Amino acid sequence: MLRERELIIVGGGPAGMAAAIAAHESGVRDILVLERDYCLGGILNQCIHTGFGIRHFKEVLAGPEYADRYVNQIQSIPEIEISIKSFVVKLTREKVLTYLKPGQMHEVKAKAIIMATGCRERTREMIHIAGTRPSGIFSAGLAQRLMNIDALLPGKEVLVVGSGDIGLIMARRFTLEGAKVKGVVEIAKTTRGLVRNRVQCIEDFNIPIYFSHKISKIYGRNRVEAVDVVQVDDTYKEIQGTLFKVPCDTILISVGLIPENELMEMAGVKLDKKTNSPVSDGLNKTSIPGIFSCGNSFKVYDIVDSVTRDSILAGHLAAEYLKGAK
Amino acid sequence: MKRYDVVIIGGGVVGASIARKLSQYRLKIALLEKEEELAFGVSKSNSGIIHPGTQNPPNSLKGHLCVQGNYLMRKIAMDLGVDFKEVGELIVAFQENEIPELLRLKKEAELLGVPGLEIVDRAWLRKREPNLNAEACAALYAPTAGIVSPYRVVYDNAENAVRNGAEIHTLAEVEAITKKDTFFVIRTKKGIFNAKYIVNSAGLFSDRIANMVGINDFYVHPRKGEEFLLDKKKENLTNHLIFPLPTKTSKGILIIKTSDGNPMIGPTAEDVESKDDLSTSDEGLAKVISAAKRLVPSIDENDIISYFAGLRPASGKDFIIRREKSVPGFITVAGIQSPGLTAAPAIAALVCRLLGESGLTFKRKIFFHAHRKKTIHLFTISPEHTKSLIRKDPAYGDIVCRCEIVSRKEIEDSISRGARTADGVKFRTRAQAGRCHGTFCTSRVLKILAEKCKKPVTEITKRGKGSEIVKGEKRVA
Ligand SMILES: Cc1cc2nc3c(=O)[nH]c(=O)nc-3n(C[C@H](O)[C@H](O)[C@H](O)COP(=O)(O)OP(=O)(O)OC[C@H]3O[C@@H](n4cnc5c(N)ncnc54)[C@H](O)[C@@H]3O)c2cc1C
Repeated sequence: MLRERELIIVGGGPAGMAAAIAAHESGVRDILVLERDYCLGGILNQCIHTGFGIRHFKEVLAGPEYADRYVNQIQSIPEIEISIKSFVVKLTREKVLTYLKPGQMHEVKAKAIIMATGCRERTREMIHIAGTRPSGIFSAGLAQRLMNIDALLPGKEVLVVGSGDIGLIMARRFTLEGAKVKGVVEIAKTTRGLVRNRVQCIEDFNIPIYFSHKISKIYGRNRVEAVDVVQVDDTYKEIQGTLFKVPCDTILISVGLIPENELMEMAGVKLDKKTNSPVSDGLNKTSIPGIFSCGNSFKVYDIVDSVTRDSILAGHLAAEYLKGAK
Repeated sequence: MKRYDVVIIGGGVVGASIARKLSQYRLKIALLEKEEELAFGVSKSNSGIIHPGTQNPPNSLKGHLCVQGNYLMRKIAMDLGVDFKEVGELIVAFQENEIPELLRLKKEAELLGVPGLEIVDRAWLRKREPNLNAEACAALYAPTAGIVSPYRVVYDNAENAVRNGAEIHTLAEVEAITKKDTFFVIRTKKGIFNAKYIVNSAGLFSDRIANMVGINDFYVHPRKGEEFLLDKKKENLTNHLIFPLPTKTSKGILIIKTSDGNPMIGPTAEDVESKDDLSTSDEGLAKVISAAKRLVPSIDENDIISYFAGLRPASGKDFIIRREKSVPGFITVAGIQSPGLTAAPAIAALVCRLLGESGLTFKRKIFFHAHRKKTIHLFTISPEHTKSLIRKDPAYGDIVCRCEIVSRKEIEDSISRGARTADGVKFRTRAQAGRCHGTFCTSRVLKILAEKCKKPVTEITKRGKGSEIVKGEKRVA
């Protein structure tokens, strides 16, 4: 017989934690939160810059501080069981979950599930950049993890591709660590990221930013040595004669995020082909009744305060669903 | 100083297959490789197809070795625990007037001894290959085509050779060879090796090695092939390997099934100058996409998760495998372009024969360990099996790579078996090979490598010296 739980939440980042606490407030008394990392907090743990919580807490917090408030709260609720290092490998339409953790493998059935698995970064491979494949090409998030969690310096002469928020924040971070940021190259006419990040991370540090430009080729056999940068027109076509070469040892890719929804896909939840968000007739719902989705795995939000707000709703929705099912 | 019976130069699929074959006999063998790990040359970037033997010139050496290799690879894969899947291939015709060409290919292949060939019609194709372009009107079906993981064939051959007494020396680039009395003195970056016999299987650089003993009658030209991998979610895009009609210089752009599930499209074929040039290009992508879409129109560029280029070591049209009469004891294995992976076991057998003809005597070992325990990959086994493994060793439940579901245990094992670099771990385990491209696991893999190799993280490389992943520790604030 499969063990059955009321509510299982996959993901222990800000979304999962807010949803768990909200579901508990709405009366759910058996909640299991599964987190694959060795601690709660998700991506916030590596976001050591400030700017979190302005809307939700009316305070300016660093990422880990924002996370901590939820970690403390969730840990004080005995009806919420938290299982870390727990990697969900399978989800079925019948809401049966399989997860692995060191020394254990479990199969459990849930009456309701909230998926709060966050998002992942688009890669160099997804935007096809010609050239070689040396070391020194990082997604901005990976560089952030290497720096802020592992205390390593990924590179010394950096070019940032794309002006997503993580890329802008990392441009500043590299500069503060003594690396030289050669520029930010953005194919669109304006930044993708928040205005405040453009001002505080790029302009304040005199980092050149090239709008309507893209990188067209990567050089270097073992390590990145240089890239070609070229201007593009309104249809993103290269403009002849505008190409220039930038020597650098590191390329940071910050070209957008995609909801990480492979498990939902496995269960047969309908996903939008373009955005990878669940197709849904309301916030946080999916095409399978009883499977909810919140945070960046529902859609990529700009700021964590919005993630929290919508995830609270997901918690309430799941609680309502469970009441109805009784 | 150590004296070897045979020194093999080059640790690609050819060198590793020869080493394993020779390790059955009472011989002192060393395999020398210039890179930090084996399979970092041509053998790491190819299509992984075990060709049936079609599309080879009639009566060519490579044609014969391909057919034999296809046969031998099955037993070797079984012995070494490498997955071999016989998926079959289709060479597709789009017009009635191309059917005679299919018949010609069939006849040529039959002369080489390729079994089971059949011309199949539109109805067959619709039923068995529904995603194929509906305009395809016939195909040559070769049921014996298969797929393997090209790197694992190298690693597992090498591991088995070592188990049977062969030595492997990496970072041992051969720089000069001289002949002294009855033996060769081989100077390398890792010291001097003496050997009675040399096998030159140095891939793209086999001409350079040949030059060292005064053989100058061939040159190896790099011919680039760009390949593009699709998301594993599209694993069932096709049921067979799909080929267009071949051109004079290549088999054309294919729809490939790979042993780890990702479909692949490619390769291009373009002569290049540099034996170092592994870059991919926008033109290559455009060419591959348009050719692949002609075969399978539903292919979507957005499903590409990775790409690479490989260089075929071409020297004329055929393989060059011979004993050098002017340099007794020296065996040349050069120009091993496609189907070199397929032919490798047959090449190894041929090299043994040539060594015998050069005077080497073969005595079988009393104990030859023919079998190797299959490497475990969680993504290929049943949940029950996973569960029992995790019970035995908790590290199987510690997942490091999210896209391919690779555990810490598998990564640690790959390092125990010889991985020293991030790419070495990737080729053996698939950690970092999935759709997120290591965004999630690189930092974790780095730490495990540093721990197990007892090196600082800053010295861990992607594929050898000069490709360190990070530039340093962060300065203390
Ligand atoms: C794009 C592409 C697709 C292909 N697809 C297929 C396919 O589907 N099926 C198939 O059967 N074949 C295929 N091939 C062909 C196949 O990959 C090659 O024939 C095969 O890998 C050659 O193996 P090798 O051992 O001869 O060469 P390599 O793997 O290059 O090994 C030679 C080794 O020698 C080392 N070396 C060089 N110089 C020195 C030195 N001085 N000292 C020490 N070591 C040295 C190199 O570092 C290298 O590791 C393909 C090739 C390409 C490029």
